[in-house]
Amino acid sequence: MTDDEEPTAALHGGTGEHRVPPKPPVHPGTGEHRVVPVISSTGEHRVVPSVGGTGEHRVVPSVGGTGEHRVVPHLSGTGEHRVVPPVSGTGEHRIVARDDEPALPLAGAFPGVPASGGIDLDPPKDPLTAAPDDGPRATPVVEETNSTSPDPSISAAPGKGDLDRPARRRPAPAGTLIWVLLALLGFTLVVQLRSNDADDGLSAARQEDLVRILSDLEAQDSRLLAEIQGLEQSKQQLTSGVAGREAARAEAEKRSQELGLLAGTVPGRGPGLDITLTDVRASDVLNAVQELRGAGGEVMQLNGANGGAVRVVASSFFVDASGGGIIADGDQLTGPFHLLVIGPSGTMSTALQIPGGVVASAKNDGGSVTMDSRSMVEVSVVRKAAALRYARPVS
Amino acid sequence: MIAVLALLAGVLLGIVFEPAVPPELVPYLPIAVVAALDAVFGGVRAKLDGIFDDKQFVVSFISNVLVSALIVYVGDQLGVGGQLSTGVVVVLGVRIFGNVAAIRRHLFRA
Repeated sequence: MTDDEEPTAALHGGTGEHRVPPKPPVHPGTGEHRVVPVISSTGEHRVVPSVGGTGEHRVVPSVGGTGEHRVVPHLSGTGEHRVVPPVSGTGEHRIVARDDEPALPLAGAFPGVPASGGIDLDPPKDPLTAAPDDGPRATPVVEETNSTSPDPSISAAPGKGDLDRPARRRPAPAGTLIWVLLALLGFTLVVQLRSNDADDGLSAARQEDLVRILSDLEAQDSRLLAEIQGLEQSKQQLTSGVAGREAARAEAEKRSQELGLLAGTVPGRGPGLDITLTDVRASDVLNAVQELRGAGGEVMQLNGANGGAVRVVASSFFVDASGGGIIADGDQLTGPFHLLVIGPSGTMSTALQIPGGVVASAKNDGGSVTMDSRSMVEVSVVRKAAALRYARPVS
Repeated sequence: MIAVLALLAGVLLGIVFEPAVPPELVPYLPIAVVAALDAVFGGVRAKLDGIFDDKQFVVSFISNVLVSALIVYVGDQLGVGGQLSTGVVVVLGVRIFGNVAAIRRHLFRA
């Protein structure tokens, strides 16, 4: 609105003459126009009549310098306009509008001036949405196509949303391409995620990393091999030690069993004879035992008719008891006696029956000896092991 | 909406076919995916800003992918591939963050 009024204020070349247009040309208004003459210098004064309202326009002349004064009327309201003279004589004057004035009509009149209350006030702008150059800089789409695309709508400032609507409606192959690209992105994303899940990252590792990993693994491998060797060796040692101990233990066990049979501390069984001695004396029993030992009898046991039983060993003794029977190793036995002996039964019976032997002498004494060969003779009575008080083994 | 459908279709295709990544593409694929994500977020932001343009999106998408792959390739040739791909990921990550922040402001006004 003010643009077409500009020519009405004619400029005069420093003559100090002031020409007031005879009549406000277009706009109504009853305001009066006061022209304050120049106080000093050669400045010229242009008076623009008020466009509307009753506001008066005061032209304040420049204090110094040669600047021209332009009074731009306020378009509405009754506000007054102050022309601030230049401080440094550069000829330009800033027009300061009052803050409480309605500012809307100024928007179109002053291009480049934001539609806000005053010129000096910074417009309250959102730095993220309102700045015209913010969007293109932060948005890769805008940034990269600005140089490649001659499309004017691309560099359009944000806020002019109606400009992209024809571009969207345009049946462009780019639209299909977008979908293809997005599908490709999804596809690739899934492929990448899957392959990342599948391998442990070695296939994506670089060569020097792989070399380092390989040498690490080799060192670890050799360490583990050495460890395996050591463990194998110690296992072998332990196994052989165990086997040796086992054999020694078995041998010792066997010897202890045999010695236990001889010493009478272990029950025994085997083929042998069951000899019945009736009405004999202790000397006959002793003779029989010695004869059986000579013939190979190994383990013997003497049972009395009264239930007593004595294991016959090397230290056994037989004494005639006063009331009949005998005392064997301190136990009194009554006849008839059963002598159980394990050994070669044929040899033993022959040894007992030789002329002048045990059987013959027993008959002479009025007794009798009968022999019964058994395939299994059980010798069950045991003795306590006698602790040796004096003798010690040499080794 | 159609774009989301296209993305889902691509995901489904990837799940169904389960293709193996060619060994020569292994170093570049993740970077290219990140670059494409950056382009997509930029496109969403431009859409919300009302300045979305099909051609622009396509060009930026493709150039993003190609440039990122090229950077990694050059880095591999120079022997600094690992560091350079880290750098690319950092840069793209920063841009994605910025775009997501702008989208968030659009959507939630906060």
